[in-house]
Amino acid sequence: MAYAIQVLIDALSLGSFYALAALGIGLLFGVLRLINFAHGDFITIGAYALIIPSAATQATLFIGDFAPIVLIPCIVAIVVIVALISEVTVFRPLRSASPATLMIGSFALGFILQNLIIMIYSGRPKAVGMWSDLSAGVKLMEGVEVPQLQLIIISATLIMLTSLVLFLKRTKYGIHMRAAAEDFRMARMLGVKANRVIMLAVAISGMLAAAVSMLFVVQTGILDFRMGLPLMLFAFIATVIGGMGSLVGAVVGGYTVGAVSILLQTFLPSEFRAFRDVFVFAFVIVILLLRPQGLVMSRSAKERV
Amino acid sequence: MQPKSAGAELLREFWPLIVLSIGLTLVVVVIQLIGDNITSRTLTEALIRMVVVVSLYIFIGNSGIISFGHIGFMMIGAYGTAWQTMDPMIKDIFIPGLPGFMLDYSSHWILATLAGGLLAALVALISGYALMRLSGIVASIGTFALFMSFYSFYLQWSTWTAGQSTLPNLPVTTTPWVGLAFSLVTMLVAFLYARSRFGLALRASREDEVAAKAAGVNVTFQRLIAFTISAFFCGMAGGLYGHFLGLLTVDTFYLPVTFITLAMLVVGGMQSLSGAVVGTLVISFLIEFLRKFEAGFDIGGVILDLPSSSAEVGLGLVLLLILIFRPAGLTRNAEFYWPWKPKVALATFSKRQS
Repeated sequence: MAYAIQVLIDALSLGSFYALAALGIGLLFGVLRLINFAHGDFITIGAYALIIPSAATQATLFIGDFAPIVLIPCIVAIVVIVALISEVTVFRPLRSASPATLMIGSFALGFILQNLIIMIYSGRPKAVGMWSDLSAGVKLMEGVEVPQLQLIIISATLIMLTSLVLFLKRTKYGIHMRAAAEDFRMARMLGVKANRVIMLAVAISGMLAAAVSMLFVVQTGILDFRMGLPLMLFAFIATVIGGMGSLVGAVVGGYTVGAVSILLQTFLPSEFRAFRDVFVFAFVIVILLLRPQGLVMSRSAKERV
Repeated sequence: MQPKSAGAELLREFWPLIVLSIGLTLVVVVIQLIGDNITSRTLTEALIRMVVVVSLYIFIGNSGIISFGHIGFMMIGAYGTAWQTMDPMIKDIFIPGLPGFMLDYSSHWILATLAGGLLAALVALISGYALMRLSGIVASIGTFALFMSFYSFYLQWSTWTAGQSTLPNLPVTTTPWVGLAFSLVTMLVAFLYARSRFGLALRASREDEVAAKAAGVNVTFQRLIAFTISAFFCGMAGGLYGHFLGLLTVDTFYLPVTFITLAMLVVGGMQSLSGAVVGTLVISFLIEFLRKFEAGFDIGGVILDLPSSSAEVGLGLVLLLILIFRPAGLTRNAEFYWPWKPKVALATFSKRQS
């Protein structure tokens, strides 16, 4: 029982990362039909923004040393600005291009951002100790002790998801955004401002990326120019499994991927454990073949002739 | 005005291929004559990439589906080739998991490269049988997932691939001339395939899938043919690459190569063979040029010195600019057609036929 709870909490906290990142990708797919390969690099940028830009091996905290009340808005602002600049310079000129072209465009953007990070910070991984006291264990019940951080990750994710849902359901701009995700052209005809909605989606996507980068750095304590890539890949898988363009699907997919990864990790015989990722990616292909619309069907996903 | 003889007719039909082959050969000869050892290595690498990009064109250009998975086939071919050409003594140490007969077996690199290509084609045939039913962006995502699963598998399959470490001591046999020969053969096959009824059927499905199906084209089957052929050449390119580097790591075949080869194809123009060839040449020159600047370049006494990885940033920027301002690529998706066409024929014979 205790063991089951431990596994459950592991799955939930890993799933939270994937759900947040998947939501960031899913939001943009909803309004732009864009699969944003650069999302992982947005996450990386948020993490690197914590330290002083230099090629030194030893990382010196800069923004990372601020009090959380200042730190969080700073990092969010930096990532959102990078995301908005990308929107204006890359995605907007490509808006009328095919989804595949957009995908290559975001691939190029990610490649540029990644190499800019190498240029400024050098390609060597750096250790960062931020808020390390959060990794202290908390005793939940007899025999169950989990790092405080995991509970923070899970609850922070829940808070963010709830506020996003409230925003989308209750505010004017949220409703505009959902309308645009449903049928972009129709929404425009009914008076939804295309650019404003897209900028908003990009900004929210950037905020989610910033949240992931802060939580991730505290958890791993390492900066690496490739750190966003695995998160992006699994989040991308999550959006595919959940159903491209469905926001609920992205969250469901994120937690599914988290749970499947942890379960495979726990219950696969040790000689197969190393092949966990192979199973996860093969699972994606199976989903694409059997349920190309994903687990949660979004009404706009049906291809029309 | 009709061409006068069958020979002239043939010349006109094969004109794009002739121009490209002669052009490429000239470029290689000139660089070999004026360059040193280092440029010769760069040239070989560019020619191996040429094989990859032209085989990408076979699938992407004709089917219209962007594949992120072909570098996986390159990797499969590379390891498949290395299993045959490595010294049996070294195989025992690094990849003891190979079955007994493979451990002792060794063959000439040409045969081994062909077999490596066939292995990649076989894997493509099996995986494509499932994947080629998908269309559009879903198919692209599928090829990406396929690539990631191959990559993670080879990374962990250490008894056959040495996993995260290096497979050393491959015989170095790939010279610029070998690269040129393989490029020319790949271009020939790509050209003939595009002209065949299979290529035509696949392009019909690219333009309008529903209409092509209605006209009796088995879209899945046509895509599978192109997928398998292009995987075969990608696999051979992988074999050449291993025997160019003299060693293999799984990480060689990851997203950066995927990115560079796709960029070459997109910059040249995805839907024409000329685009694939021109794109590869242009991007190779560009990368080389930027690398020279990274190392420090002397212009009239002023030493220009760009920070490292500017070549990559520059490449990304060029790709974005092309996507935005010239989405059909430098060649605008057209081939180099017979230039001496009578004016009347020009009007009826659209240049954008490819």
